[in-house]
Amino acid sequence: MSDDRSRSALQALRVRVAEMETPGRRGFGVLPFGLASLDQRLPGGGLARGALHEVAGAGPEAGPEAGDGAAATLFAAGVLARTEGAVLWCVKRRDLFAPALAQAGLTPERVIFVEAGDEAGVLAAFEEALRHPGLGGAAAELSDLGMTASRRLHLAAESTGALGLIVRRWRRSRPAAMETPNAAATRWRIAPLPATPLQVDGRLIAGLGRPLWRLDLTRCRGGEGFSLAVEACDGEGRLALPALLADGSAAAHAPLQAAS
Amino acid sequence: MALGVRKHMPAAQASALSAELLLQEADLAGDAQALERLALWAYRRYSPSVCVDPPDGLVLEVAGGAHRFGGEQGLIADLLARLQAFGVTGAAALADTWGAASALARFAARPGQGLVSHGFADLADLPVAALRLAPETVAALSRVGLETIGDLAGRPAAPLALRYGQDLIRRLDQAYGRLAEPIVAVVPPTAHMREARFPEPISAPETLSRHMARLVEALCADLEQHGFGVRRLRLSGLRLDARVETVEIGLAQATRTPARLIRLLGEKIAQIDPGFGLEALRLSATRIEPLDWRPPGSDLTATGPQPPDGQGLAPLVDALENRLGTGRVYRVEPLVSDMPERCEARVAPLQPVGELDWRAVWREDWPRPARLLNPPEPIETLAALPDYPPAAFTWRGVRRRVRAADGPERLYGEWWRRTAERDSVRDYFQLEDETGARFWVFRLGDGERPQTGPQNWFLHGLFG
Repeated sequence: MSDDRSRSALQALRVRVAEMETPGRRGFGVLPFGLASLDQRLPGGGLARGALHEVAGAGPEAGPEAGDGAAATLFAAGVLARTEGAVLWCVKRRDLFAPALAQAGLTPERVIFVEAGDEAGVLAAFEEALRHPGLGGAAAELSDLGMTASRRLHLAAESTGALGLIVRRWRRSRPAAMETPNAAATRWRIAPLPATPLQVDGRLIAGLGRPLWRLDLTRCRGGEGFSLAVEACDGEGRLALPALLADGSAAAHAPLQAAS
Repeated sequence: MALGVRKHMPAAQASALSAELLLQEADLAGDAQALERLALWAYRRYSPSVCVDPPDGLVLEVAGGAHRFGGEQGLIADLLARLQAFGVTGAAALADTWGAASALARFAARPGQGLVSHGFADLADLPVAALRLAPETVAALSRVGLETIGDLAGRPAAPLALRYGQDLIRRLDQAYGRLAEPIVAVVPPTAHMREARFPEPISAPETLSRHMARLVEALCADLEQHGFGVRRLRLSGLRLDARVETVEIGLAQATRTPARLIRLLGEKIAQIDPGFGLEALRLSATRIEPLDWRPPGSDLTATGPQPPDGQGLAPLVDALENRLGTGRVYRVEPLVSDMPERCEARVAPLQPVGELDWRAVWREDWPRPARLLNPPEPIETLAALPDYPPAAFTWRGVRRRVRAADGPERLYGEWWRRTAERDSVRDYFQLEDETGARFWVFRLGDGERPQTGPQNWFLHGLFG
C-alpha cells in the first residue's frame, strides 16, 4: 500500500522534473529534422522552439579553417529554412554568402541581416529579435557566450517561442572558450567528413558528391548526446542519411573501400 | 549658336545649317516643374516673395534684402554664378518694377550678364516686344513705325488704347510703375514641425521626455490631418549657450503612431546634453511620405513570396536601425551578374520583394560557398594546365592534398562594367581535402592565353 503510494509520488515527481528539464515547456513544440535517427534521440522529437541552440564548427584539430564553421553555418541555415516567416541573422561583419543560404533553402526574401559591429551589439540585437513576436527564428554569430548571456537569450526565446540559434565562431587565440558551459538547450558540433566518391555502375568517376557532415550533439537538456554522420542540407534545408548507411549493410561499403 | 541657330527657328531651317545638329522634343511639363523647383530654391536663398514667370523666368522681390549679398550688384552676381553652377546660363536684371526688370532681362542683358537699372531711362531703347505684348499687337505697332518703348511712352494713352487695346496701356503702366503688379509668391511645402519654448530652461531627463512626448503627439495629429507618415524625425534642443543638440531617428515604414515614435526617441534622448538647460525643443519631420489610413491587419489576400513586413517587423527593424545606424539592417536581393562579388545588392529590409527570382540569377546547380573571402586570398598550388584542378595547395601556411574536385566553372569578365575585364577569365573549382573540408578556388586566366589572366590561384570561399 505505502509502496504503491510512494511509487505514484515518485512518478509525479518524475513528471515534474521532466517538465522542468524539457525546454520549450510552454508548449511551443519542436522543429523536427524529419530524420528518424536524429529526431528519436532528441527530447520532444526535434529542436525545441522557444529555446536557444548552439551550433559550432569542429575544433582546431580539424584544421584552422574549420573554425570559420562553414558547415555549422549551413546547418543553421537549413534549420532556419524549415521555420516559417522572417529570419534575422545578426553578425559582427557579414562574410556570409547569400546564394549559399538560398541553396540551403533559406531564400533571400526571408533573411534580414543585422551588422552590429561588435559582440555586445550582436548580443543586444539578437535578444531584441528573440523578444519580438512574429519571427520564425534568429541566428547570431558569436565567439564568446557565457552562462549569464546565454540564460538571458534563452529566456528571451522562451517569451516568444522563436527558435534561437547561436553560430559560434572559434577564436584562434582562445579555443578553450568554446568549452565553457552555457544555457543552450542543445549544443552541436558540425565537422565535414570526406564525401562518398561518386560512382556509376560501380566505377569511380571524377567530381564531388553531396557533402557529408559529422554531427556531435555534445549537450542536450533532457536528453543524451550522440554522434551521427549525415548528408548536408538539400535545397529545402533537410538533412539525409548517407546512402551507404541508409542501406544498413556493411556489404555495400566493402567494395567501395576496395576500389578507393 | 555660332552657326546661327536661334530660338523659335523652324526645325527644318535649323537642320539645314548643320548636318550634325541634334533635335530634341521640348519637354514643356518638365521645364515647368524645373522652374517651380528653381523658384523654391530662390525662395529659400534670396527672398520670401518669389514667383515663376512662365515659360522661362523667375521674379524675385528683393527690396531691403540685397545687403546680405553685398548690394544689388552682388545679389545679381551671386544669383547668376549659382545658376551657372546648376548648368543654367541666365540673364538677370534688377529694376524698379516687374515689367521693367522683365524687359531688361529678356531684351537688354546678354546671357550670363546681370543689369541693375533704376529709373526707367533704359527702357526707352528697348523694342516694344519687351512689354510682354501679344505678337499681333507688336506686329501692328511695327507697321505704323512704333518700334521702341520710347516711341510709345511719350504718346497720349487714350488713342493708343482705342487702337491697340487696353492691354498695351496696362503693360506700359506696369513697366513704368504707374500700375501695381503684385507677386503671387510660391508656397513651399508645409513644414511639419512643432516647437515648445520654455519660460524656465529645462534639463531633467524626465521633463525632457515629457515635453518630447507632447511634441510627438501634436506632430502626429498634424500629420494625420494632412495624410502623412514620418520616415525621419529630428529632435533638436536649443541650449542656453546657443548650442543646438540634435538627435534623429529613421523609420523603415512611414508611421504616425505616437507611442512608437516616443519609444524610439526615448532611446536617443539621453544623447541630448542639456548643459545649463534647454530653452526650446523643436521636433521636425525631415522626411515624410503619404500614409493613408488603413484598418490594421486586414491583409488576408496576399499570396506568393512576401517581404517580411506583413509580420509586423517594422518596430524591430526601426529599433535596431536606430541603435546601429542606417544601412546596418538590410535584406539581400540578387543582381544579374556572374561575378560572386557583384551578384547581390543590399536593400532596405521592408522594401517589397523585387521582380527578379533568385533562382534565375544564383544558379541552383553550382554550389556556392557559405563564407566568401573578401578579397580572395592567394594560394600556392600544384596544378596541371590547362584545365585540371590543383592536386595540392597551400593556404595560410597549411598544405592540403586534394582528394576530390569538381570544375571548372568558367566565369568571364564583365567588360560592360569594367574595360579591364574585357579578356579576363576565372576558372572556379570546388576542392575537397583529406579531412572533407571543401574550398572554392579559382585560377585567374583560362590556362592557355596570357591575356586572360596571370594564371595564379586564389581561394575565394569555404563550403560547408
